[in-house]
Amino acid sequence: MGMTMTQKIMAAHAGRDSVAAGDFIEADLDMVLGNDITAPPAIAEFERMGSREVFHKDRIALVPDHFAPNKDIRAAQQCRIMREFAHSQGITNYFEIGEMGIEHALLPEKGIVVAGDAVIGADSHTCTYGALGAFSTGVGSTDMAAGMSTGKAWFKVPSAISIVLKGKPQKWVTGKDIILHIIGMIGVDGARYRSMEYSGEGVRHLTMDDRFTISNMAIEAGAKNGIFPVDGITESYMEGRAKREWKTYSPDDDAEYDQVIELDLSKVRPTVSFPHSPDNTHSIDDVPRINIDQVVIGSCTNGRLDDMRMAARILKGRRVAKGVRTIIFPATQDIYLQSVREGLIEIFIEAGAIVSTPTCGPCLGGHMGILAEGERAVSTTNRNFIGRMGHHTSEVYLASPAVAAASAVAGYIENPENLEVI
Amino acid sequence: MESRGRVIKLGDNIDTDLIIAARYLSTADPKELAVHFMEDLDPEISNRVKEGDIVVAGRNFGCGSSREHAPIAIKGAGISCVIAESFARIFYRNSFNIGLPIIESPEASRDISDGDDISVNYETGEIINMTTGRVYSGEAYPPFIRKIIESGGLVGYVKAGGAE
Ligand code: SF4
Repeated sequence: MGMTMTQKIMAAHAGRDSVAAGDFIEADLDMVLGNDITAPPAIAEFERMGSREVFHKDRIALVPDHFAPNKDIRAAQQCRIMREFAHSQGITNYFEIGEMGIEHALLPEKGIVVAGDAVIGADSHTCTYGALGAFSTGVGSTDMAAGMSTGKAWFKVPSAISIVLKGKPQKWVTGKDIILHIIGMIGVDGARYRSMEYSGEGVRHLTMDDRFTISNMAIEAGAKNGIFPVDGITESYMEGRAKREWKTYSPDDDAEYDQVIELDLSKVRPTVSFPHSPDNTHSIDDVPRINIDQVVIGSCTNGRLDDMRMAARILKGRRVAKGVRTIIFPATQDIYLQSVREGLIEIFIEAGAIVSTPTCGPCLGGHMGILAEGERAVSTTNRNFIGRMGHHTSEVYLASPAVAAASAVAGYIENPENLEVI
Repeated sequence: MESRGRVIKLGDNIDTDLIIAARYLSTADPKELAVHFMEDLDPEISNRVKEGDIVVAGRNFGCGSSREHAPIAIKGAGISCVIAESFARIFYRNSFNIGLPIIESPEASRDISDGDDISVNYETGEIINMTTGRVYSGEAYPPFIRKIIESGGLVGYVKAGGAE
């Protein structure tokens, strides 16, 4: 029986000719990731395991991004545990502020993960690297500890949903609208325990940044991973960045899928997820007037260069509505610097937005933009759960950078098509 | 091995942000996390929970982030077991990695009410509702997972050279 793309990568990393859905395997890992929230408990478990040394000092990435720059004394203590561990173990991929970024934007940018890899990260959005044609998935701290110690992880081989994309997206439709649309169709557990495997001629209309956004939110559909085929766009992204050789896998022609979804990208409309679940989606055409207090543009979902450029196209020569606090946080130092060079930051500041250093900050209600009781935000992040960005009565509406920027200008959730680009 | 306790009934898609909000993640101490267990859903809940209580929830329990703090907070609050129609996959992994017993049982999830007195047998997967007398079957763990549990969780498994 044929294998899916994910199954092929898994088989190769388990040293087997083939695997089938439901098999339990132990796979060799190319990279193990943790952050300032999940690594400290993992380090404690690593020590409890009696481990002294990590399996490979170049194959572990530690990124202080959630509560960094240290938001308070306790966060500072957590970051220090990770920093000291990184130094004592000689871990090469430790990124202090000044060189860091949000982990899922940073690792691909630095060429630390590449096509064909098997990666675990103690962070649920580790599935982002599927955009590169890697198998990557989120785990907990104890799994991370075992991964750091042995270089291996156990997996149950997933079955898959095939998502065949055709057509070209409309002008203001981005990867974010596409993934919100899909989650709206299948629900937050629609792909539970499964892979989401993308294919079809529509893929070539998606930039690398679109694909990162789509893979990033596989977990919001409950999936184990969301993976794209490797094409010229992927290769030109990896060229000059990749720290290791990449390997391209494709699904077998007779691979079996639990479900096949065909999606015509030209029909997808700008899409907004209403509180308090990512699958509570509405086409922009059906959104009534909803006044907002805050707009957040950034995160591991939408803090990349495409996203900054799109926000700038809308904010250029405009002002954000009075009373709408607009927070923009580029995901990495490189994206930040490039945004400075292209004049995007100037556009943001002139529009009355603030621009923050890379951090997870507001995305998880950590710092840098917490919502008060009953406040509403439009955010380009990935979760709108109760209390995600602050008080448990506050509300988060998930959208693309275009919708978020248009909403910042209008003061309510707005369709970017209604604003002429100046 | 068996648990017996009073049921705390919860709904579908209980996410990890609800189980323990991110603002409390600057510690992984079970007792500290337990104070804020499910706080955004019901600020009084941690006072209501008694040692040994069993959570019975709907679909996709534990969806959202990979924070192991979620099963740790549940365990820290004194919950002896979680039964759900289905679990989100990272939560599922994390739970037995840290030694929180969980069982999938759509029947039990639908039929059991808040406050029922139930017992769970982990070897057989059998769940008995003492209040109504009804019996449900839950999914027993696959052999691979049982091996990890028998080693005392993932830490014990690695210590014993399980990944060799
Ligand atoms: S930006 Fe948000 S979703 Fe992404 S890693 Fe940070 S906290 Fe998680």
